[in-house]
Amino acid sequence: MTDATTDISTGPLTTADGRPLKAALAASLAVRRRRAFMLVAPLFLFITISFIVPIGQMLFKSVYNDGFSKNAPALVQWFKEHPKGAEIDESAYAALHSDLILMREQKTAGEAGTRINYDISGTRSLFTGGARKAAKMEPPYKEAFIDADKDWGDPNVWRAMRSASNPFTIDFYLAANDLTRDESGAITAVDEGQAIYKKLMFRTLVLSIEITALCLLLGFPIAHLLATLPMRKAMLLMILVLLPFWTSLLVRTTSWMVLLQSQGVLNDIFVWLGIVDDEGRIQMIYNEMGTIIAMTHILLPFTILPLYSVMKTIPPSYVRAARSLGATSWTAFRRVYLPQTLPGIGAGGLLVFILAMGYYITPALVGGADGQMISNMIAFHMQKSLNWSLAAALAAQLLAVVLIFFWIYDKLVGIDKMKLG
Amino acid sequence: MALPVYASPLEKLWHYTYIVLCAGIFIFLIAPIIVIIPLSFNAEPYFTFTDKMIAFDPEGYSIRWYDKLITFGMVNPDAPRDMSFWIDFWQHAAWMQAAKNSVIIGVFATILAAGLGTIAALGLTRPEMPFRKQITAVLISPMIVPIIISATGMFFFYSGKWVPTVGSDGFEWGRLAGTYAGIILAHAALGIPFVIITVTATLSGFDQSLVRAAASLGANPRTAFFKVQMPLIMPGVISGGLFAFVTSFDEVVAVLFIADHTQQTIPRQMWNGIREQISPAILAVATLLVILSVSLLTVVELLRRRSERLRGMSPS
Repeated sequence: MTDATTDISTGPLTTADGRPLKAALAASLAVRRRRAFMLVAPLFLFITISFIVPIGQMLFKSVYNDGFSKNAPALVQWFKEHPKGAEIDESAYAALHSDLILMREQKTAGEAGTRINYDISGTRSLFTGGARKAAKMEPPYKEAFIDADKDWGDPNVWRAMRSASNPFTIDFYLAANDLTRDESGAITAVDEGQAIYKKLMFRTLVLSIEITALCLLLGFPIAHLLATLPMRKAMLLMILVLLPFWTSLLVRTTSWMVLLQSQGVLNDIFVWLGIVDDEGRIQMIYNEMGTIIAMTHILLPFTILPLYSVMKTIPPSYVRAARSLGATSWTAFRRVYLPQTLPGIGAGGLLVFILAMGYYITPALVGGADGQMISNMIAFHMQKSLNWSLAAALAAQLLAVVLIFFWIYDKLVGIDKMKLG
Repeated sequence: MALPVYASPLEKLWHYTYIVLCAGIFIFLIAPIIVIIPLSFNAEPYFTFTDKMIAFDPEGYSIRWYDKLITFGMVNPDAPRDMSFWIDFWQHAAWMQAAKNSVIIGVFATILAAGLGTIAALGLTRPEMPFRKQITAVLISPMIVPIIISATGMFFFYSGKWVPTVGSDGFEWGRLAGTYAGIILAHAALGIPFVIITVTATLSGFDQSLVRAAASLGANPRTAFFKVQMPLIMPGVISGGLFAFVTSFDEVVAVLFIADHTQQTIPRQMWNGIREQISPAILAVATLLVILSVSLLTVVELLRRRSERLRGMSPS
């Protein structure tokens, strides 16, 4: 198309109506491009509004929290006028007093206290109590406040209020990485006993790798069998792979709860076979093992299907040729067959890893205490502790990891090669 | 898969080990789904086979859990099974309400996802489509982004008051959280990747010269699309739609985050049942859902074979 003007000496080629051919072609291509784009536009708009914008809003929540700043205007003003390191004098306490009076009127002491509480736990009641007592306080306020609760004199509380007076903050990302700030505002690690998030993220990664490895290990022989059997038999066996794939996630998780319980079917079989005695029933659920077993089962079809579609395309004559040239069956498998299945291993493994990283339902139901993943912590902060900004920060970090692997998947496999069923 | 005649004894041994191994993995895949079916007919409130069940004693089996399933939430669960009982069941039984909600949400989400998804797939498969890869990545992302993250984002988004509604005193800004529309939109977004993937795959096997042939015979683009292309890609659209429906029908996290208590769906009801006090009644629901998935799988398989036949590829 770009070579429309091959012979410059005779001037540009033109269409019947006299336009240069190159321009006419470009115009018609532009029309077709626009038409193609117009077909995609409604869906693109829909996904952008109902999916991308909400994710963006969540990311915004992870760096923005105005719980304190919007309810304490006088203190915000005071912090603005007095840079870091200024002495917390009477004027600061007067500002605190007027804000607490305001919070009392508007019933927002809890909201403001909650924001400070995220930073220093146990300070929510400081605000609700302070708002109650503030009306009766007389100047000088500094003494009055410290008399009421000595925590008002704690420089760390003032440090937290200063930091919360700006609604934009990275504190939630610090918290999500087991970091906090000391009295001077420098970033330090939290106490060993309170450090949970990094450990949980690490466990999520380890569990996902274990599950992916198990899925590949179990999926490989099945995919190979399906790819080498005659079509008719393979189709029948394929149903055994597709049925779990189509069965509700909750149903599959429920069945594992039933099978793995200490009074469940598997343990009964073990007792009956004499592998364990009645007292020694194996605890296979509500721990890490339950999560691994159930998730491997649920994600196994996602490795089998891509492996199968790759193995289908490998001509059996290659292995036969290797054998005829003297390779043992192991060598022929290792040097000839296995390298050709690598695209399938990559596609299936990455897909399962990506899906496993974000699993929520199964770990929540069968994971017990030590089979939980980072998603469960996000749900906990969303529904129980109501620290939405921390939930958003944790979610943003998980999202970043998932998107990195999605990008790798795209580079290695190509998202347009993704297949179902 | 047959063993070659030149196989050594060691290879024979490996071959049979391999067969046994595969059989074991197939059992691992399918047994958990099969085992709950007989257990749902357990006469006792246990999650294992009682001695009577193993002995095939009819007393060991009962349909009490199915009975419980039907009557749960009804006004007069002990009434005789006449017309008014079934009206009561239709109107009040908790699982019936959940099923109705699931079907309503699923059907509308599917229509939205399949409609928009098919049109978009038509555009995406055109060779002149600009930014194809990037746009596909965005459209597929609801499948890749962990559901807990999607649900968290949707919770913030749908809790915002930005939807124009008519309230008690005229116009006001409402929120989508707690409405059917909100869940339908959320589920449509989650189901769209499946439609895109299946319809794009069907379209990539579609012979564009058929459309050109139709045009050369005098069909305008609209006729060519509806009479020629549409019937041929229909199997892909339907299986994509079924994927979207199953996604919605099985989705619990977004419902937990953005629905209110009146929008009880089947998975949410199951989730509550499992978290609080798991009873064999859950197994009865699970059995019904397995039957549903078997029938959906059958439909999809038939469609796939039909599609292959239409394209001139035979399965054997």
